[in-house]
Amino acid sequence: MDVNQYLELFLEESREHLQNINEQLLLFEKNTDDLGIINEIFRSAHTLKGMAASMSFEDLTNLTHKMENVLDAIRNQKVKADTSLIDVILEAVDHMEEMITDISTGGQGSCDVSDVVDKLLKIEAGESPASISNSKPLETSASPKNDAVKLLDESPFEDYEGEVIKQGLQQGNSLYQIQVKLVSSCVLKAVRVYMIFEAIEEHGEVIKSLPPAQDLEEEKFDTEFTLYLLTKSGKDALLERLNKISEIEEIKITKIDLIADKKSEKVVVEAAAEAVAVSAPPEMPVQEVKTVEQSSPLSTAQSTPPKSKEATEKAISKPPASKTIRVNIDRLDVLMNLFEELVVDRGRLEQIANELNHVELNETVERMSRTTGDLQNIILNMRMVPIETVFNRFPRMVRQLAKDLGKKIELKLVGAETELDRTVIDEIGDPLVHLLRNAADHGLESPEERQKIGKNPIGTITLRAYHSGNHVFIEVEDDGHGLSREKILKKAVSNGVLSEKNAAGLTDKQVYQLIFASGFSTAEKVSDVSGRGVGLDVVTNTINSLGGSISIDSELGKGSIFSVQLPLTLSIISVMLVELGSGRFAIPLSSVIETAIIKRTDMLNAHSQKVIDFRGKIVPLLFLKDIFEIEDTKENKDFYSVILVRKGEKIAGLVVDSFIGQQEIVLKSLGDYLQNIFAISGSTILGDGEVALIIDCNALIK
Amino acid sequence: MNEFEEMDFEKKKYIVFQLHDEEFAIPVSQVQGLEKLLKITRVPGAAPEVKGVINLRGVITPVIDLKICLDLPVSEFTESTRIILVNVNNSEVGLLVDDASDVLDIDMKNIEPSPDVIGGKEVAYVDGVYSIDKRLLLLLNLNRALNVDPVQ
Repeated sequence: MDVNQYLELFLEESREHLQNINEQLLLFEKNTDDLGIINEIFRSAHTLKGMAASMSFEDLTNLTHKMENVLDAIRNQKVKADTSLIDVILEAVDHMEEMITDISTGGQGSCDVSDVVDKLLKIEAGESPASISNSKPLETSASPKNDAVKLLDESPFEDYEGEVIKQGLQQGNSLYQIQVKLVSSCVLKAVRVYMIFEAIEEHGEVIKSLPPAQDLEEEKFDTEFTLYLLTKSGKDALLERLNKISEIEEIKITKIDLIADKKSEKVVVEAAAEAVAVSAPPEMPVQEVKTVEQSSPLSTAQSTPPKSKEATEKAISKPPASKTIRVNIDRLDVLMNLFEELVVDRGRLEQIANELNHVELNETVERMSRTTGDLQNIILNMRMVPIETVFNRFPRMVRQLAKDLGKKIELKLVGAETELDRTVIDEIGDPLVHLLRNAADHGLESPEERQKIGKNPIGTITLRAYHSGNHVFIEVEDDGHGLSREKILKKAVSNGVLSEKNAAGLTDKQVYQLIFASGFSTAEKVSDVSGRGVGLDVVTNTINSLGGSISIDSELGKGSIFSVQLPLTLSIISVMLVELGSGRFAIPLSSVIETAIIKRTDMLNAHSQKVIDFRGKIVPLLFLKDIFEIEDTKENKDFYSVILVRKGEKIAGLVVDSFIGQQEIVLKSLGDYLQNIFAISGSTILGDGEVALIIDCNALIK
Repeated sequence: MNEFEEMDFEKKKYIVFQLHDEEFAIPVSQVQGLEKLLKITRVPGAAPEVKGVINLRGVITPVIDLKICLDLPVSEFTESTRIILVNVNNSEVGLLVDDASDVLDIDMKNIEPSPDVIGGKEVAYVDGVYSIDKRLLLLLNLNRALNVDPVQ
């Protein structure tokens, strides 16, 4: 058994829990009376602590424990939660994140946290002197009893474990001691241990194991070990579950009563015998200490090996948890690359089959095409990640921004479940940070200003994501003062971005687009957050490099919407192949509306522009052979082949020599040497090995 | 390159190629490979010296006509036309040349500064000349010829 295997899992889950804590804390800040939220935070912190402890990361365990104490104090309404308190907790969470990062890079998760620990202790002590005794007296009060009882062997719980148990019991769990003895002939003890752990973790949380989990994994034990489990399930359920695992000689499950002494806030470990004296019915110890004996040959006979696996799987699928495995992203990338090769070869094969016109070959190729098509869908889907992973760090950021800027901001997240290709997800974070900062700093007014003009002093920024066609839209909307056309034009002219002559003829959208030019900032004063003129041009560059575009809608006094349009996937797209002269070009299907054959006589002239009347709409015609300076066109005298493409609302007709057909292609970049080629967004390799260029319709339509 | 020659750092291997009626040489260290003429796809709107792109074993590689870069008369492709693949500024580029005939060891000591006689645009791209058996090789500075070197 590889410990690293658990480490990965530990890191992943820890991050999830920290994220959850972060989110819930922000929620809690808005609604400090909702103890349900605190409970939720508590649960996450608690699980985190348990995991850290079982992986023996002491510092992390300690810090989480201290934080938990404070949370507990809040929960018991000993401490009043306010912003400064939440700040301290957030700080503690930051430290935990650092620790996790440290662990992920091979460290021990050690980190200097004395400062924040001090603060946590102060909060705890300052507001409720009683609770500070929480952490220490437990051990002293618990251990003597332990000695007397012997039920817990010679291993008293550590103070934080006692705390965990106390919390668990309060939530209606019971504590069980599970003693397991494996048959002496058991070969893969670690595997059995793993199965047992997995089995009982379906029911509850393992607080402690003797010997420690790591030793168990490394088979550093004889045949017996003991686990302590917090669970809501009954003993019988546990037994039933464990009985399905073979090679266990004996299982002993004992219920342990821990009585929380409310007055002194101490956890006292009571022996079963003592518990009788206190409250429990007399027959309890006998009943609860139920021993199950299994003679090993019998048990293996009962649950025959092939079946036992099935049984395990069945049992695992019982809880509603989704069946997932975590796969390293690099592996998915390799898979994707291999698949791209396959798509190129598939194209080649299709072409050969067409030329040979052999019936069986055709059938096989067709079937292969279908299978690879399905495969492609699956691979692409596998790489889809909900944009939530990007969005979920923003509430925290906006909160900080609001504080730094002295503004009141409410962030609304809409459509966080929208899925995007991982490559896009990786890149989109930074541009969105820029846009959010921009909205918070330039977009929203100060609370006083807002009140003066009769707006809600709390500004709203909405971050919205949704699918539309083959694209994903991400919008950052604020209800601030909007963009001022005059201000932008003045600035653009003074910066030399624009001449005064040109300024007059621009549409509002074109004017707004100017703020993406580098070295442009309309904020009168440069703040810490933004206004240094870098940022928005970085945003456009990143988004363009992802094959997307950005546009702005704004109304003075009402607010602005920055809308980012991104392709769903970056690597494989459907295109319409067309012929132009001796070359072939690909037009992304995402922008194609339809194809048409137009009679020469149907073509009209509007000024110097050739147009057609298409379904009642006047559509301008673009002759690709002129735009791309292609000389050897085989132009048909009487008819034109036209592809109608769109960009947003606008439609244009591209005139080509002939249509070839629809195909799936792998997008390849033209490389660094050929950048910024007009109206060409990339290239692809066709079935016969030749290169075809991909036309960027967005650049053609102005 | 074997160890012997590497020890002898005064000598360097150069690839010799023809452009029009002149012979040029570039260091082997800059060369990634040599290809026969492949089908070139023209890229509209690219700089005039860019003939287009080729599919080089799955990688899209731009092809540049060196003769246009060096202001030499342009001629049709022939049987002996080759594409030399070079690495410039970390990107791979193919160079169209009339013929790539030779690999030579060039003694660095015998390189002479380019004579003013050559003249024209060409002179700026030549680091030096080297004569061997009545042949005159012009040592080409690729970065400058391809206009990727910021220092003009």
